[in-house]
Amino acid sequence: MISAGRKDEMLDIGAETQIKPYTMNFGPQHPAAHGVLRLVLEMEGEIVERADPHIGLLHRGTEKLIEHKTYMQAVPYFDRLDYVAPMNQEHAFALATEKLLKITAPRRAQHIRVLYAEMGRVLNHILNITTFALDVGAITPALWGFEEREKGMEFYERVSGARLHANYFRPGGVAQDMPAGLAADIMEWCEGSLPKVIDDLDSLLSGNRIFKQRTVDIGVATREEALDWGFTGPMLRGSGVAWDLRKSQPYDVYAEMDFDIPVGKTGDCYARYLVRMAEMKESIKIMKQCLEKLPQGPVKVDDYKIAPPPRAEMKSSMEAMIHHFKLYTEGYHVPAGETYTAVEAPKGEFAVYLVSDGTNKPYRCRIRAPGFPHLAALDFLSKGHQLADTVSIIGSLDIVFGEIDR
Amino acid sequence: MPADLKTLGENIVERLGGAVESFEFAQDELVLKAKRDEIVNVLTHLRDDGACRFTQLVDVTAADYPSRPERFEVVYNMLSISNNTRVRVKVSASEETLVPSATVVFRSANWFEREVWDMYGILFSGHPDLRRILTDYGFEGHPQRKDFPLTGYVELRYDEEQKRVVYEPVKLTQDFRNFDYLSPWEGMTDIQLPGDEKAVKPPHGWRPAQKTKGVR
Repeated sequence: MISAGRKDEMLDIGAETQIKPYTMNFGPQHPAAHGVLRLVLEMEGEIVERADPHIGLLHRGTEKLIEHKTYMQAVPYFDRLDYVAPMNQEHAFALATEKLLKITAPRRAQHIRVLYAEMGRVLNHILNITTFALDVGAITPALWGFEEREKGMEFYERVSGARLHANYFRPGGVAQDMPAGLAADIMEWCEGSLPKVIDDLDSLLSGNRIFKQRTVDIGVATREEALDWGFTGPMLRGSGVAWDLRKSQPYDVYAEMDFDIPVGKTGDCYARYLVRMAEMKESIKIMKQCLEKLPQGPVKVDDYKIAPPPRAEMKSSMEAMIHHFKLYTEGYHVPAGETYTAVEAPKGEFAVYLVSDGTNKPYRCRIRAPGFPHLAALDFLSKGHQLADTVSIIGSLDIVFGEIDR
Repeated sequence: MPADLKTLGENIVERLGGAVESFEFAQDELVLKAKRDEIVNVLTHLRDDGACRFTQLVDVTAADYPSRPERFEVVYNMLSISNNTRVRVKVSASEETLVPSATVVFRSANWFEREVWDMYGILFSGHPDLRRILTDYGFEGHPQRKDFPLTGYVELRYDEEQKRVVYEPVKLTQDFRNFDYLSPWEGMTDIQLPGDEKAVKPPHGWRPAQKTKGVR
């Protein structure tokens, strides 16, 4: 039986309409979670009080596995980190190992690496922008963008034999030279359908009223906050920091390329989107320059202790065969030392902290994934926003769980 | 080593007195060895000092050297956007020691330190939320330690009878094969072999070859 006083309390609208904060699970099977993100949200009505990402569902122990593999066997693990732009990851490992070995890749290999790194950036940004648009309600960009993305992956396949897990950038150069006719086809793509589709995506989204309503002033990070949270790449540039490793600490032939760094002003989801959109156009410029300047010559270092001898030579030369055998069983020994080598991956600063003890296997291979600190800031970015805005923020973070969970 | 980085290293050691023990160069990269208890001061100085301005803590990680008295090395990688330089700060730690958390200086340290705790079992004092991050709920052990086996201790499968996933000890149908490809001749590099007079002489001279005592 309900007493009179209790009955009054139930009718007291002012005290009772306050909704108790409740906890809600977002993912790991939600399409807007971009993979296997499990987000525990503490909600105050529609407002997010606290977002606690539970990660690690894709943890494969890459760093531990690499400690048990030779340097050459470690390369394919980097494809499986950020599987959206695999070659950019390999680039960091190749540069770190080359630094410890004190070698540099030949000019032609450097041009090919920059060409494919930029192609990876375009592939990554197409995927991010189109799925981001999908999250906030636009389906057409994904249909248009993925066709172009598939063409890019065909170029991956033609140079390495695999659409995704390329294993193409090796310490000391690239695995093999580009097949005949590929450079012309990439050039045709860069001048034909790719810029057209990017312009189409641009005109579909950049001025779109619904897209802007969902992204402008959402998830704002100021310049100081972006630095404090360890943001890199488009996340940092979206907050107005003109910082790009390709310009400030150029590696391979980036110093010879002519390109601009787009910088956002507002630090919100829309600014990050605009930075990525502008970056794709700059990437096409770099790809074209690489193809124009592409020199002739070898694509691996001329040292059979590091790069395998040509197949034809192995048929007749005993020495070449021994080199090949030793290289694919024992591998090469890297002088003791350590390095922190970073590249500007599409998502930000991707770095490898490589410690060598002089043997044929890395002693420690730390992988610094850019998405990790970005996701760490999700709680800060989405606090006080509505649940639907959290989806926008996750989309603009550009997270891929292969690299976050490692 | 680059001259400006050398003066920067000398300045930091001078300014921070005993907090930074030494600095060295690894592949032209500046590495500072700091005292564990002073790490928060060191990071704050590196962030705020006008000559340093390392405003970003881009990475915190660790490495395991089981032969050392304090087996772990916590590694902080910092980036200065205004000066376009990087610096690496290292402190040593063991299973029992407490490393002061860098979360009071950089908010990016939060998840990095959680990962170091998860992977190596290094404790950070003053961390607001030191939970495991990458491993499974209820995971035991710290997988990145050198004494943790690559295969781990448990494996997971779905049990049809219990209608849930169950943990079982790892059963491998084939032993894990860790081939030792290191050259068997490695131990012979400082022995002058007959007919190998052109070999590079080691810095400490040739070691006398020992006669094998064996069956004839």
